[in-house]
Amino acid sequence: MAEAASVAAECLAGCRARGARSVLGQVVVPGEELLLPEQEDAEGPGGAGERPLSLNAGARSRVRVICGPGLRRCGDRLLVTKCGRLRHKEPGGGGGGVYWVDSQQKRYVPVKGDHVIGIVTAKSGDIFKVDVGGSEPASLSYLSFEGATKRNRPNVQVGDLIYGQFVVANKDMEPEMVCIDSCGRANGMGVIGQDGLLFKVTLGLIRKLLAPDCEIIQEVGKLYPLEIVFGMNGRIWVKAKTIQQTLILANILEACEHMTSDQRKQIFSRLAES
Amino acid sequence: MCGEARGRARRWAGATMAAERKTKLSKNLLRMKFMQRGLDSETKKQLEEEEKKIISEEHWYLDLPELKEKESFIIEEQSFLLCEDLLYGRMSFRGFNPEVEKLMLHMNAKHKAEEVEDETVELDVSDEEMARRYETLVGTIGKKFARKRDHANYEEDENGDIQPIKAKKMFLKPQD
Repeated sequence: MAEAASVAAECLAGCRARGARSVLGQVVVPGEELLLPEQEDAEGPGGAGERPLSLNAGARSRVRVICGPGLRRCGDRLLVTKCGRLRHKEPGGGGGGVYWVDSQQKRYVPVKGDHVIGIVTAKSGDIFKVDVGGSEPASLSYLSFEGATKRNRPNVQVGDLIYGQFVVANKDMEPEMVCIDSCGRANGMGVIGQDGLLFKVTLGLIRKLLAPDCEIIQEVGKLYPLEIVFGMNGRIWVKAKTIQQTLILANILEACEHMTSDQRKQIFSRLAES
Repeated sequence: MCGEARGRARRWAGATMAAERKTKLSKNLLRMKFMQRGLDSETKKQLEEEEKKIISEEHWYLDLPELKEKESFIIEEQSFLLCEDLLYGRMSFRGFNPEVEKLMLHMNAKHKAEEVEDETVELDVSDEEMARRYETLVGTIGKKFARKRDHANYEEDENGDIQPIKAKKMFLKPQD
């Protein structure tokens, strides 16, 4: 009885904000407030111990902290808005670091700067309407291709696949994408070629596959010649020499989300034999 | 006689009325450019200040107490590009699409080059090799500008290296 009461009391008292550093790598839920390291030091011992005198009392050095996806600013603290694991990255230069929540979802929300695969759904006047999996179709102007001028229009038909990036993407406006970078070069963006297969996966898997040290991609690359395009909106396009190889590749990529590394190695070895 | 007197009276009345009218000119008229040429700078400044007062009084403002704006040091970003270093999205393996493979090298190398800025730049070509190349370079470029007769000087060795230029045979003036 006493234990249950004490646990309940602890839960209520646990509404006190935790320090962000102490929660790194653990699961956080929406509604939690996290203290940044400087505030943690200030509020830590609660005045019960001796506090070292600082020379410049009152003027704390403020370091710029970036709160990434899944976190919001709430006064001086970070408010969690998605459930997942809290991550942190130290900065290269400058101040602070980046905190974000590693969450999982299937629905994509357009974000500026993301490279995505879109499907052209309509062609109206000077712009194409491209479906990117968000709440609205994005607009793509015909001049945003490399080497496109008013006389020299790009060869884009309804139903084509486009690899591009967002230049405008916020909750108040229709998203706009382009297939050109700030220098005017295509850098691999534009219409994706013929054949191949487009399928959808979760957003977390895309990020996992695009990590620099991803074993899955390295192993897949050793199987047979193939081409893959990853869109941050959860879409993957694959192409190999035969239809069967393409389908095998698609199945592997979809399934590897829920497999352990041992199961994966088994499957790859079986494939390598056949 | 009466008409004359009446005319004089009318003119005199008109003059006084005009004198009165001079002082009662409207503000808009006074603000016009041709009326202000005669004024001195002080009166001009006064007029301007009065105008500004009128305009600023007409402006609406919020009657709230002044809140101290706290400079926040937390920046919100919704993009994953800042958080995680992700590779370039297009990939090709075992030569399926050579252009994409070139792009992969270019984009991923650029991405890594941004991180490694502190390392010193390594020389592609060592100094010795550079000196060696320069020796033969002079000959190669010289060949370009040499005339047909001079091509004999630029004979190529078995290895393809160009021999140094032999001394040209000039006309020697006989000494008596």
